[in-house]
Amino acid sequence: MAEFQLPKNSRITKGKNFPAPGGATNTKTFRVYRWNPDDDNNPSIDTYEIDLDSCGPMVLDAMIKIKNEIDATLTFRRSCREGICGSCAMNIDGINTLACIQPITEIKGAVKIYPLPHLPVVKDLVPDMDHFYAQYAAIRPWIRTQSAAPSDSERLQSKEDRAKLDGSYECILCACCSTACPSYWWNSERYLGPAILLQAHRWLVDSRDEATGERLDELDDPFKLYRCHTIMNCTSTCPKGLNPAKAIAEIKIMLINRRGI
Amino acid sequence: MSMVNPLARARGHGSAKEGVHHWYAQRASAILLVFLVGWMVYSMFRLAGTGHAEAVEFISSPINAALLVVLLVSLFYHAMLGLQVVIEDYVHQPSVGVVLLLLTRAGAYIGMAIGIIHVLKLSVV
Repeated sequence: MAEFQLPKNSRITKGKNFPAPGGATNTKTFRVYRWNPDDDNNPSIDTYEIDLDSCGPMVLDAMIKIKNEIDATLTFRRSCREGICGSCAMNIDGINTLACIQPITEIKGAVKIYPLPHLPVVKDLVPDMDHFYAQYAAIRPWIRTQSAAPSDSERLQSKEDRAKLDGSYECILCACCSTACPSYWWNSERYLGPAILLQAHRWLVDSRDEATGERLDELDDPFKLYRCHTIMNCTSTCPKGLNPAKAIAEIKIMLINRRGI
Repeated sequence: MSMVNPLARARGHGSAKEGVHHWYAQRASAILLVFLVGWMVYSMFRLAGTGHAEAVEFISSPINAALLVVLLVSLFYHAMLGLQVVIEDYVHQPSVGVVLLLLTRAGAYIGMAIGIIHVLKLSVV
């Protein structure tokens, strides 16, 4: 039942060492998780020494430098390099965050980089996000209405009602919060996790949506919603400064209120 | 390698349409216990140093006996709900989980019954 050690083929071994080029004075050490599905080796930690004088300020800059100049086999996702796409979510110095908005100088000592915790690894720092995205699809994150749309305009929303979506719409679904949540680690098969529940809340409070009750019915479940034990890792790790824990608490209050208490 | 469609896996068996009651009862019993345990600790300090007769007299007062019964019921009930969450969190083998859940419930109800019988024995007889 309980497992206290990683399976034999998952235990991390010592990897390769790439020292800084000669003459570099301002160096920083990066220890990066490596795993290749194409050979039978265990995961390893490779060490790269980077000359910060010829490197951009963010962790992603250093990783791109590694891939361009030192080791082209290093595999990771990245796209916008400005914290809006969510591709480069990974565990840096023990915290899930976006490599592109994490300054290197904020990290003391060596920079340790691992994939997002408790997701299957595809290769190196690339985790398998299929289940996470499927959970998002499962809440049907689009407007559900019975009344027909106005023929000559969009569905209107007051400024006050629009303001209720602040703190939800900024979510980029990077999965930092969900993969920081111990409940999600143990029960992600059934627990939706903070990112998806934040989006579920976004549709619950949308004044234009007409399926609030149906949405609440779908969440009223010991696992889908109530695996949240207010551990709050989600809120403390969110690289966008959002508060999924508060959204989950509000869903719980909505479920209580509709019982007439 | 599972070939189940990811959305089918995420949807699973759908919502159980319950969970609110458990969550609410756990919080309500916790609030109740804050007061009752406070009262219990206060009473035990007051009884400290006195003899068996004073303790029996304390329990035989109808109000004290009633509060003790409520304390016993809410304490075991709260513990039962909490252990249920622990089992659901960490036990991933359904057969083991069901057995543990039933044992937890049996233990809680037996605990309640024994406690109440002792209070009644001291207060009614």
